[in-house]
Amino acid sequence: MSTAHWKLWEVFLRSKNGLSHKHVGSLHAPDADMALKNARDVYTRRSEGISIWVVPSEAITASAPDEKDPLFTPSDDKVYRHPTFYDIPDDVEHM
Amino acid sequence: MGTNVSLEEQFQAFVDAENKVEAKNWMPEKYRKTLIRQISQHAHSEVIGMQPEANWITRAPSLRAKLILLAKVQDEAGHGLYLYSAAETLGESRDKMIADLQSGKAKYSSIFNYPTPSWADMGTIGWLVDGAAIQNQVMLTRTSYGPYARAMVKICKEESFHQRQGYEVVMKLAQGTPEQKAMAQESLNRWWWPSLMMFGPSDDNSPNSEQSMKWKIKRKSNDTLRQEFIDKTVPQAEYLGLTIPDPDLKWNEERGSYDFGEINWDEFYNVIKGNGPCNKERIANHVKAHEEGAWVREAATAFAKKQAARKTESSAA
Repeated sequence: MSTAHWKLWEVFLRSKNGLSHKHVGSLHAPDADMALKNARDVYTRRSEGISIWVVPSEAITASAPDEKDPLFTPSDDKVYRHPTFYDIPDDVEHM
Repeated sequence: MGTNVSLEEQFQAFVDAENKVEAKNWMPEKYRKTLIRQISQHAHSEVIGMQPEANWITRAPSLRAKLILLAKVQDEAGHGLYLYSAAETLGESRDKMIADLQSGKAKYSSIFNYPTPSWADMGTIGWLVDGAAIQNQVMLTRTSYGPYARAMVKICKEESFHQRQGYEVVMKLAQGTPEQKAMAQESLNRWWWPSLMMFGPSDDNSPNSEQSMKWKIKRKSNDTLRQEFIDKTVPQAEYLGLTIPDPDLKWNEERGSYDFGEINWDEFYNVIKGNGPCNKERIANHVKAHEEGAWVREAATAFAKKQAARKTESSAA
């Protein structure tokens, strides 16, 4: 019996409240609930997280690496978005 | 734009600058294929590696030892998963990887084709086999392929427990009765040379090594890793009053390293070819577990269907 139809799920863990979920790997499972339970078994043996997200890999839309330049270069020459661009005298405090 | 730089040249420059390659980056077909082969064989090694140690779970000498061995074997299954996941990011299917393992097409680390006739082997394996794996895996945390490197970081964190629990077992025996110490020594005698072989042949005899180093998949040579392992392990054996079964083992002040004897590469190639003591058994067990476990996969699929039907019913009601 083949499990070829079982979806691939990406697993994200939040290690503690206040932090974001981080991608830790993937697994195959027939549905979301089992994906979650399996993620608990294989990705949190050492208390790595207090919250798990499982997302079908097909649900993720990713930007293409070769589109990196057109996507991100518009930000690269907008130096004025950074605090270091501005020259505030040292005598002025709390800025 | 100046000269026409090929995709391969761009890729090499990218790797040379210590950039990490991620799943959707362009990569030479050979890079993809060699990584699929290496990562899947690494995954197979973890799963097959469960067997020599699972052998002693029912006969562990104490409840504590049993719990620890269960946890270690469970970890190896988990490591297999991290690596299968990493291989899947390169477009290889899990079903194909399992089929290749079971048909004998795919290889796994030769060390797991040796039997575990004594409890002392549980200690020696953790100390030497996991120790050698750590040497290799720490190096691989800097491999050029992102998903593989990250899997290695996770595995290394867990692997150090494996080595420490193994050494603890050997230590208890070596510091125990004369019979226990003799059991530890006998086990070391059997596992020392196969552990050295885990690092693979000398790089001039290793056909994939050169390209692997160029693409920064591999960061250190087989011989370098092997020497590092020996230099670390000899004092650990000396501390326990155990003798490493190599009459040519000798500290070389000039090199700052241990000189060691000739490895019997005939044995290595013979075991890789399928003639090791346990090759057939390891694969037969894997096939058996896969077939006997089919009902679990069927039950999971049926349960998912049932749950989905229940959801549709209750939302229609």
